[in-house]
Amino acid sequence: MFHEYALQHAWLIPLLPAIAFVLIGLWLRRVPLLSAGLALAVSIAAFLLACGVGQAVIAQGITVEQPFIQRVPWVAISGLSLDMGVFIDPITAMMLVVVTLVSLMVQIYSLGYMQGDPGFGRFYAYLSLFVAAMLGLVISVNFIQLFVFWELVGLSSYLLIGYYFYKISAREAAKKAFITTRIGDFGLLLGILFLQILFGTLDFAQLGLAIPAYVQQSGTGLLTLVALLIFLGPIGKSGQFPLHVWLPDAMEGPTPVSALIHAATMVVAGVYLVARVFFLFDLLPVALQTVAWTGAITAFFAASIALTQREIKRILAYSTISQLGYMMLALGVGSVTASMFHLMTHAFFKALLFLAAGAVIHALHDQNDIFAMGGLRHKMPVTFAAMTVGVLAIAGIPPFAGFFSKDEILLAAAQASWPLYLMAVVTSGLTAFYMARLLFVVFFGPEKPDNHPHEAPLSMCIPLGVLGVLAIVGGFVPYTYHFGDWVRFGPASHSGLDWAIAGTSTALALLSIGLAWLMYGSGRVSAERLAWRFPGLYRLSYHKYYIDELYQWLNQTVVGGIGRALYWLDLYVIDGIVNGLGKLTLRLGDGLRKIQTGQVQQYGLVLFGAILLVAAWLVWIEPALMGGVLS
Amino acid sequence: MTVFPFLTAILFTPIFGMLVLACLPREAERMIKLIAAVTMSVAFGLTAYLYWAYDFARSGLQFTESIPWIPELGVSYALGVDGISLPLLFLTMLIGLAAVFASWKLDKRPKEFFMLLLILLTGVAGTFVTRDLFIFLLFYELVVIPIYIMVIIWGSTKRVSKEYAGMKLTIYLLLGSAFMLVGVLALYLNAYPPGSRTFSMEALAQAHQLGHFSEEFQIFAFLLLLLGFGSLLSMWPFHSWSPDGYAGAPTAVSMIHAGVLKKIGGYGLIRLGLLVLPLGAKFWAPVIVGLAVVNVLYAALVALVQKDLKYVIGYSSVSHMGYVLIGFAALNSVSINGAIANMFAHGVMSALFFAMIGHVYDKTHTRHIPDLGGLAHQMPRVATGFMLAGMASLGLPGLIGFIPEFTIFVGAFRAYPWQAILAILGIVFTALYILRILANVLFGPRRPEFDHCADARGLELVPLVLLGSVLVVFGIFPQLLMGMVNSGVEPMLPLLAKLHQAPSMLGGLLK
Repeated sequence: MFHEYALQHAWLIPLLPAIAFVLIGLWLRRVPLLSAGLALAVSIAAFLLACGVGQAVIAQGITVEQPFIQRVPWVAISGLSLDMGVFIDPITAMMLVVVTLVSLMVQIYSLGYMQGDPGFGRFYAYLSLFVAAMLGLVISVNFIQLFVFWELVGLSSYLLIGYYFYKISAREAAKKAFITTRIGDFGLLLGILFLQILFGTLDFAQLGLAIPAYVQQSGTGLLTLVALLIFLGPIGKSGQFPLHVWLPDAMEGPTPVSALIHAATMVVAGVYLVARVFFLFDLLPVALQTVAWTGAITAFFAASIALTQREIKRILAYSTISQLGYMMLALGVGSVTASMFHLMTHAFFKALLFLAAGAVIHALHDQNDIFAMGGLRHKMPVTFAAMTVGVLAIAGIPPFAGFFSKDEILLAAAQASWPLYLMAVVTSGLTAFYMARLLFVVFFGPEKPDNHPHEAPLSMCIPLGVLGVLAIVGGFVPYTYHFGDWVRFGPASHSGLDWAIAGTSTALALLSIGLAWLMYGSGRVSAERLAWRFPGLYRLSYHKYYIDELYQWLNQTVVGGIGRALYWLDLYVIDGIVNGLGKLTLRLGDGLRKIQTGQVQQYGLVLFGAILLVAAWLVWIEPALMGGVLS
Repeated sequence: MTVFPFLTAILFTPIFGMLVLACLPREAERMIKLIAAVTMSVAFGLTAYLYWAYDFARSGLQFTESIPWIPELGVSYALGVDGISLPLLFLTMLIGLAAVFASWKLDKRPKEFFMLLLILLTGVAGTFVTRDLFIFLLFYELVVIPIYIMVIIWGSTKRVSKEYAGMKLTIYLLLGSAFMLVGVLALYLNAYPPGSRTFSMEALAQAHQLGHFSEEFQIFAFLLLLLGFGSLLSMWPFHSWSPDGYAGAPTAVSMIHAGVLKKIGGYGLIRLGLLVLPLGAKFWAPVIVGLAVVNVLYAALVALVQKDLKYVIGYSSVSHMGYVLIGFAALNSVSINGAIANMFAHGVMSALFFAMIGHVYDKTHTRHIPDLGGLAHQMPRVATGFMLAGMASLGLPGLIGFIPEFTIFVGAFRAYPWQAILAILGIVFTALYILRILANVLFGPRRPEFDHCADARGLELVPLVLLGSVLVVFGIFPQLLMGMVNSGVEPMLPLLAKLHQAPSMLGGLLK
């Protein structure tokens, strides 16, 4: 049976792309066709295996309570043993399918998008590395494996953001991404060390048993700290406030990369991590509150920035941050189902949006400013259709995918706390507004005479089509097929649509789209006037609340300043002492050298004086000794 | 027991090669280099065989040899390796082989250079394989001479003159050995009554178990060893030789010095400090941990503002030695495993770094970071080497640096949580300075002035391939290293357990 085979050999899913990475990186890089061919073949194989795993989960009744686990020892020394392995439950299976599917689509798309690029082979090597690392992360059986692949996705993200390494902006963005996420990883690593010391194991299954017992015995105090430290990792990786700054800059990478890594898959690793170790968070109300509020603040905050940005990919990047905030919020209010559901639909419609944006950028020769675009709906009908579907999905208009998942989150938030719900609802209005703004500015209005757009090639249109279909049905179908029975934490929840909540959010979204039409479609309300009326707010939003400037200052002035001060200390104090001691020796030698004048008279004088002194000593001070000698 | 004296063969292969070189005319440059390469290949091959043939399950010293030399003093030519020294011996030969190829383009007095290089490697290897303290000191002194000459003649003058750098390096080495010598003599004289005195390390370790060393004596003698070995390991504030010395030294010397030579410090602290003077180690451990934290953070921050590539790596190695010291001083099996493994890991990555910097310097004639940039255009292979070394240095999983560091963290966290947290903060600063040089040297717009600079090719690739593959293979299969190291640490377990319970004077300083 294929699904049995797939389940037993799930470790092949990350291993195959890893092998492809090595082969392409070492040998095939120079041959574009072979590189892409191998990467694609491997992705198809991984996707089929992932589907097999999904089938096996259903066929064999694997649930979150009874996962399928394999382990092999990786490091074993006295006092510490670390494993690698495979951990399959419905959440893993869903992630595997989503990641392999989106990455397959992006790799097909890149055939057209990256065509003729001198680094074509290198691009597919990096993509394969990313896919391997991400899939390895998804099937992690313990914290150490998770951390290993967590860092490796960070590496591939670094490499791909800096793919156009000759651009200063790309190089700096790559560095920023790595370092910002590293700050989060510092917390994650500390949390992992705490767990290792407290429980002597990092295995998810074993921790899942040990932690509730520990909480009963010793309370939640220390564990809350541990959970918050671990949560720092997701804050960095999933672009949560205040470590979100790297994600918009990450758009320096090629657009397919933005779609795959910085929208659909890698950035949700943080959300996935919290869901994976929900057995820890679930017991700690303070930690959950923190997660919820971080998510809600991030969602609102990023949406408020997206309102005024001009670059198409930046707008999408802030919308990604905002949607990730939604997912965190859902986790924080205790609904793993809603979070994972939104993760899945978001992967579809956000990848779709990015790929459509890529088609636009491709058609306009790397034009990124939306106000330099306009009227593209005539020349690029497929892209226009795809973008429209994406916008409607993210805005939460029924029956598109985003509607169902966002509704679940709003429902969960409403049941938990009113302020959180309010923030989420306002954010959903803002989202609909800025996404509609993007759609209207880019595709409506008069065509710009300088632009000579053309529709994307077939290799780019196919993924748009597939993802477009998924963005339409990807919410409704799982919703009716009991997604929540499988992907959950604790008992399954059968919440139907809450019409009050769904109605409110839909109405708000439609209103926002209408407002966007008035401002950017028909131009009946002037956007400039509005910005002019509230100059402070506008500037705060446009300059992203000046957080980048703050970090820049911290890095350059504070850290660099400490470094310079310490270097001064090293040069003048420590080395000063070292050299001083050296010079002291020289001086001493120099001084002593002066005694050796070479004058016989002087030597004779010293000799005579010495004899006199000895004689005086013998006569007056030690006469007894004198007597002894004489007698 | 093996019949073939492997360790003697390994030790004398470079000496033999050196003698062959001595007989060659100085014009036969290619021949000289070839013979040096063959010599080191044989030595490396033999060492690799030992690594493979070492029996984990039996642990303890293997491939032992022993010939009495000066029985009146208790000196014998005794060799043997265990899980602690074998990785370091392997590292010596690995880096030695890489260093020969990294010096392939050398045209100034190659005969003398390669002869000195082989002597240097013999000296370093000798300190790791001997079981006799007298021989240990002998080999250690053997190291000092070639280092000085090589820096003075083949070094480069940047911020400081090469004469200054060579002098500083040598004086620190000698100063270390002076403290060491006093410490070793104190051990020798106090361990056993006259007549049965011995320099054998095992016998000295037994002397502790027999109770021949009082705690006061151990504390005093350990301090001497700490000053000696600590300055060799660039423990703060005895570290300032390291950046200057590496910057002044020629590529091969920087590789060997940062790669293995300074590890003699860590090796000595474990072999002598911990095994012979455990109570002294316990007494000073909190001080060492404190200094180690300073090492990690201080050197990382200073590395951040350096302008010369070699200074960055010089300070980086000071920073990494902080992790080794912390691992040592936490005094538990996990952390000591990590400390030893980290010495190996750091050796490989720093050697690769210096080899790549050497190549860049050969081609561009500058190491000044603001003058460099965009080298990935002209030198993609060198850029790969830089990336590998850099990523290993910042502890990326999948490369050799991660598991040793993680192991140290686990061990240190148990014993000194607060200090460990500060040290772990170092991973952020490490990322900062490593990514800074990677970005500024490799990436950015193409610079036409470097268009004439060729990428590494042919034999120049040997260091990159050799060290790079070790970085990756040992990173993906860390048990290759950890299993070996653990077999060396396991015999210490009873000692560590006892030490853990033993009360210490003043309750351990500053604890």
